[in-house]
Amino acid sequence: MPKLKIPKSSPSIDMTPMVDLAFLLVTFFMLAASFRASEPVTVNTPSSISDKFIPENMIMVTIDQNGRVFLNLSGEEARREMLTNMLGKYKMGLQDEQIEKFTFMSTFGCTMQELPSYINTSADARNKFQTKGIQIDSTENNEFHDWLNFASTAALNSAKTAFEEAKLNGKNPIADDYKPKFILRVDSKTVYKRAEEVINVFRDLNINNLNFITSSELAPTN
Amino acid sequence: MAEIAEGGGGGHGKGKKRAKKSSTRVDMTPMVDLAFLLLTFFVLTSTFSKPKMLPLAYPAKAEDIPDGAKPPKMNNGITFVLSKDKIYYYQGEYFSKENPDKNGSVTELIETDFGPGEKGVRKLLGKLNNYVLVKKQGLDGKLKRKEIVDTTYISQLEKLKVEQDALKALIKTDDKALCKNFIDLVDELKIAEVGVIAPVDITPGELQLLKAKLKK
Repeated sequence: MPKLKIPKSSPSIDMTPMVDLAFLLVTFFMLAASFRASEPVTVNTPSSISDKFIPENMIMVTIDQNGRVFLNLSGEEARREMLTNMLGKYKMGLQDEQIEKFTFMSTFGCTMQELPSYINTSADARNKFQTKGIQIDSTENNEFHDWLNFASTAALNSAKTAFEEAKLNGKNPIADDYKPKFILRVDSKTVYKRAEEVINVFRDLNINNLNFITSSELAPTN
Repeated sequence: MAEIAEGGGGGHGKGKKRAKKSSTRVDMTPMVDLAFLLLTFFVLTSTFSKPKMLPLAYPAKAEDIPDGAKPPKMNNGITFVLSKDKIYYYQGEYFSKENPDKNGSVTELIETDFGPGEKGVRKLLGKLNNYVLVKKQGLDGKLKRKEIVDTTYISQLEKLKVEQDALKALIKTDDKALCKNFIDLVDELKIAEVGVIAPVDITPGELQLLKAKLKK
């Protein structure tokens, strides 16, 4: 009798479909991932049920757990305008490359005196930079007030430019969509009184509509 | 991918010597390793939940209010007093010992908490702002049955929230309250569809009441 031969199947598996799938997923996650710019400070925001997204044109004030204040203004041109005004007011000079470097910094926080050395610090080392953040203590020399004042003018200007551009392109823009939003990013453990000091500066500048950054949370079902 | 079956090539002529065909199969294991490594990296680093923002309108600074303009009468108001992880409230206006109301009663702080329980602030607000919540359900129904469009829905809801009978809330904090407590409360107020939320400064009288409560 002839022996029944079971065909030996090769022990190697065809991995092509698996590789296809793996690379498909890699591509998806690569494209879907939005990398957060490295922040000089970590903040754990409280959560809320709100579902409003953060707009493009915004001024964000970050207050960390120890009450240090940081500022972030969207737009490179706006940041340049804000810095130029600020340097003019405090009669300070910076090299062109320093100004250039500043326009690429998103969140920053230091006193005016520390500013040159803060800019010269590399982005990775900035979160170790010893600073008290932007100063708001004295009423005479309120640096935060000045930063915020120039930031809001700069943000309004860039909003106007964007609005006009959209108009020229034949769109029908709504002015409200372009207006800068004022955003507070507070740590859960920040003392509220400290946030209130910041909020009072906003209110001094007649900015009363503020937004708090929160991580999202499910709304309760009745 | 083409696969070449091994050992299937019987019947070659004896005369010609062929160069040995090397298998076209490539070992893909390193590639798969790499692919999955990248995959893991992107899965772990990507953040899907984008942060959201919670809008809150602050009252204008006192200087901007013209002289002689009386503060609006709080018709249906509740005042929350916050301290670190503690929350108290009282309803209506504030009456001190020196200045009690008609019946001679004095304001007292009532304790509540952030939990969803019976004593919690969510139940409390749901009860107090029942007027708005019930009417909102009516609007929701209308929207579902497509009797009104969503822009009308939003404007009607906004109007409803500031009506006379709707609840209005003041938030006062002492200097120990955390931002988390504050945001949690604002969130609860938004859940209860409270339209007027005003964070204001605490008065010395209220601060004393709070201190007495905290000591217990």
